[in-house]
This record gives sequence, structure tokens and C-alpha cells, in this order.
Amino acid sequence: MTQNDIARLAAERPDFAAIAAWIPRGASVLDLGCGDGSLLRYLRETRAVRGYGVEINDLDIVSCIANGVNVIHDDLESGLSDFEDGSFDFVILSQTLQATRHTEALIREMLRVGREGIVSFPNFGYWRNRLGVLRGNMPVSSELPYQWYDTPNVHLCTLHDFESFCRNHNVAVLERRVMTGEREVSMLPNLLGSTAVYRFQRGL
Amino acid sequence: MNNSVGIVSAQRAQFDTPLVFRSGAALSRYELVYETYGELNADKSNAILVCHALSGHHHVAGYYADDTGNIGWWDNMIGPGKPVDTNKFFVIGLNNLGGCHGSTGPSSIDPETGQPYGANFPVITVEDWVASQARLADLLGIRQFAAVIGGSLGGMQALQWSLSYPERVRHVLAIACAPYLTAENIAFNDVARSAILGDPDFHGGNFYQHNVVPTHGLRLARMLGHITYLSGDVMADKFGRELRGGKFNYGYGIEFEVESYLRYQGDKFAAYFDANTYLLMTKALDYFNPAHDFGGDLNRAFARAKADFLVISFTTDWRFSPERAREIVRPLLHNRRNVSYAEITSAHGHDSFLMEQAHYFDVVRAYLDNVAKESAR
Repeated sequence: MTQNDIARLAAERPDFAAIAAWIPRGASVLDLGCGDGSLLRYLRETRAVRGYGVEINDLDIVSCIANGVNVIHDDLESGLSDFEDGSFDFVILSQTLQATRHTEALIREMLRVGREGIVSFPNFGYWRNRLGVLRGNMPVSSELPYQWYDTPNVHLCTLHDFESFCRNHNVAVLERRVMTGEREVSMLPNLLGSTAVYRFQRGL
Repeated sequence: MNNSVGIVSAQRAQFDTPLVFRSGAALSRYELVYETYGELNADKSNAILVCHALSGHHHVAGYYADDTGNIGWWDNMIGPGKPVDTNKFFVIGLNNLGGCHGSTGPSSIDPETGQPYGANFPVITVEDWVASQARLADLLGIRQFAAVIGGSLGGMQALQWSLSYPERVRHVLAIACAPYLTAENIAFNDVARSAILGDPDFHGGNFYQHNVVPTHGLRLARMLGHITYLSGDVMADKFGRELRGGKFNYGYGIEFEVESYLRYQGDKFAAYFDANTYLLMTKALDYFNPAHDFGGDLNRAFARAKADFLVISFTTDWRFSPERAREIVRPLLHNRRNVSYAEITSAHGHDSFLMEQAHYFDVVRAYLDNVAKESAR
């Protein structure tokens, strides 16, 4: 991976840099729904992580292998039974949370396997999404590129929704970053932020 | 022939240093037949060893000048531009010790007695095979394989390489494989062996002297094995309930197409395969269990492995199911080895590993392309 590739990835996926900023060098990382392995590659190059991805899509699995990324073919919906308790420093679910069916069970599994969890997801409370709904249509944007009839997203949520989920499920949020594009959003994040990234651990 | 390694010829290596087996038995000298494809690079870092399964042999790719129809058993996988690319790798196929395709085996002459070994041929384990393969590697000057590849029983040998010689293999490709056989699998092998052992022409393994072959038993063994290599879906698809004569004959002759197919396969196999080799191979399968010396703990067994791994399974393989392949993956994760695992959707059961399929081949190609880059460095 060249410096150009890293810069390109960082521009395409602003959540990558946000995630990387939380991960110390040499950490162990499990990336759930790792796609073509871009995030793991990015983390390997920028943070020297020891990582594995979990993916179910055949083409993505080939891409991961071509990218030199360890990938385990598995269905996240059936749990993470191949992975031992506490075997990773971080378990990441990047832009996948909203497409999982058994979301609650998966977050629990993330915190069984990992010391900390990291999720990123499109904020459905972002003003453009609200405006779309107000106009009477399901929003379509770069973060939510699908039409209502072909979307894999079954569990869209807002920042408020996710945080109340965490409170109700004994999940302790350690850090949050909210962004629109590459720009950090600090004011009215649930309205002005298009993407959210959370770092969390099991509550006491 | 397209993308073929072309004309190949078998070579023969002789070993005069005694090889002591896991059982305690020994062979004072033995021969291995093998074939090679592609060029060994200057630092001898691009060699791939292909280990064969129960009925396989050294003729893995290409064809013979005097027998152009005799194409290697994994020719679809191995050749110039193929997933195991002979433009990049030096590929070795051999016939395992105890085999019946030219390497020293039960039908070879025992120098002590001047008679075929027969029942006296030592029972061989996967560990013993790997030890004999390492001697072949020594002979060819290969200190470390870029990869050891195998399907089924061949996959077990590939796994064993990472345990017997952790420093001598950089990558292991274990395909349609399991870390050990289940009781059900051993049971199938036992029925197959019983068919051979109970054949009156078997003569306790010394049938060569009687100029007979336990064809009946070998044929039954193969018929049973063959059923377990296919999937129910494929059999239903291929044969269904088709009748050869179109009607019931109310007798015990061959009526259903599937009967005709199985008997044909059994006859074909019994005509060339050695019954003692079949017994040896199934026994090696039964004994294989890296956890055996570690209190049944695969995590501890794989602690000494240093290779990177690619594990591949096929959805309809019920002899070595995807669930069993995951039993290989888990101890590798436990020991923090680099490992990738792909589950290939395929209708062809255990035999899928021998068949060309886009996703399967893409996975192997992508993996070995990176191995080649590392060998070229």
C-alpha cells in the first residue's frame, strides 16, 4: 500500500482515520463485515495491527486475500463462535451495524470477543435525512446510497437511539466522534453529523 | 493443450537411510516416484509440494508423451497461468510411500525376502509420509517450501508439515480437510477395510503370491467411498431414480442408473488399485490427529506451527464438512497464526476440491499470487 493509497482511503472513508486514531500500534483487531479488507489494510499500514476480518461475500473474500488480509468466511448473524473470549483488543463494526438483523446479540458478541468495540454508522438523524423524510421520501445520499426497496439497511438509527441502546444494554461509551465528510462536528451532532463513530466497552 | 504444463515424465528417487515409522517399524531403503513442473528459482524459495489424497499419485499435471490422454489428476489447478502457476512456482507431486503407483509399497519386492511386502509392509501414518517427503525435499535441495498444498488426506499432510517441520513451510493450503476423522468417518473406513479383509482372495494381504486380486472387496470399498465423496443433491441430479431398462425387473441385477454407475466406478478402481495400499491409506486417515499427543487439545498441538494458512471447505462436503474445517481454523486463531478461511458454495460434495469452480480457483489464485510475490522478493 502506497502513501497515495492511504491518503485516498482516508478521503473516501473518513471513519477510517477516526477509528485508527483510537487504536494503539500493534493492537489486535477483528473487523466484522470487513468488505475488501481496506480498513484492515489501512490499520496495518498506519498502526501495524494484527488483524482478521470476517466477511460473507465471495468477491470480498477474494479481495481480502488479494490484499493480504486475513479473512474468515462467516455469517455475523450466527455469532462469532470461532473467536475466543477476550481474544482481541478491538472488535470493529464499520458501516455495518445498520445492516445487521440481530444487532443486540452482535454487540454482545463484540464485547465478549474484544476488550473494546468500535462501531461507525450513518446517522439517520442528520438534517438532510430528516429533510428527506419531511418531504415525504426515504433519504438517499452518499452515506445512504440505497433506494428503500433494495437497501440492506434494516436497523438505521440516530445518535440518540444508539446512545440509549448502550445505556439500556450495559454498554459504556468511551468516546464518540461525529463527522460530516471529513469535517468533525461538535455542535448539535445528532442534527449536523452524517456519520458517527463510537468506542465502547462492557459497562461495570 | 491449453495452459497445460505439457509433456511430463516421472522421476525416481532412492533413499538408502532407514526410515523409522511412528509404529516403530522401519524400512531400510525405499523409493519415491515424483514429477516436477516449472523451474526452481536460484534461491530455491518457490517450491510447492502437492500432497495427494487416498487414491492419488505423483501424476498431478500435464500428460505423458506416450500416453497423451493420461492427464494429471489436478491439471485444472496446476499449470502456466493456473491458480498454482507453474510460471511462478516449482511444483512437486509425488506418490506417497505405501502407494501403488511406483513408490515403494506393499506390492514392491521386500529385499529381505525377495517376495512382495504384502502384509509385512509397515502401517504408515501421515507423520511418516511427511518425514519421507522431507527427505525428497532434501534431495532436491529445498530447505523451505513456499507452500504445501493438499485436499482431503492431502490436506492433512499439508497441516502435518507445519507441525513436523515448522521452519520448512511458509504457507499451508488445507482444502476439504479436517483436523481428524470423526467416529462416523472411521466407521466408513472400517466398512471399506472389512470388505477387503473379508475377501477370500485377500489371503491376509499376501494375494500377490497367489496370483489373485481381492477385486470384490476392493470394489465394494470403492463403491462405499464413492458415495461419501458425492453429495445427495449431485446423486439425485445425476441419477435420480432412473432405471436402465425403463421398468422394474423384480430381481437383484443392475436396474437403477446409480447402481450401474457405482459398479462401473468400483470395477475401474479395482482394476488398478492395490488393496493393501487402500488399507494403508484409510488407516493413515483414521490415525491422523495432531491433538493425539496433546491430551486432545488442538490449540496446544498447533502452538508450534509457524506457517500462514489458507483453509478451504465446500458447502455440500459431508465427509469433511465446513464445520470440520472450522476446527482447523480455531486453533490457528488461538495461536495467532495468519489464517484465511473460505467456504465455497458447491454441489459436488467432497469431490468439489478436484473440480474447477470460479470462486474456489479465484481464492487459491489470489492467495498464491501473494506467496509468489514474497518468493520473488
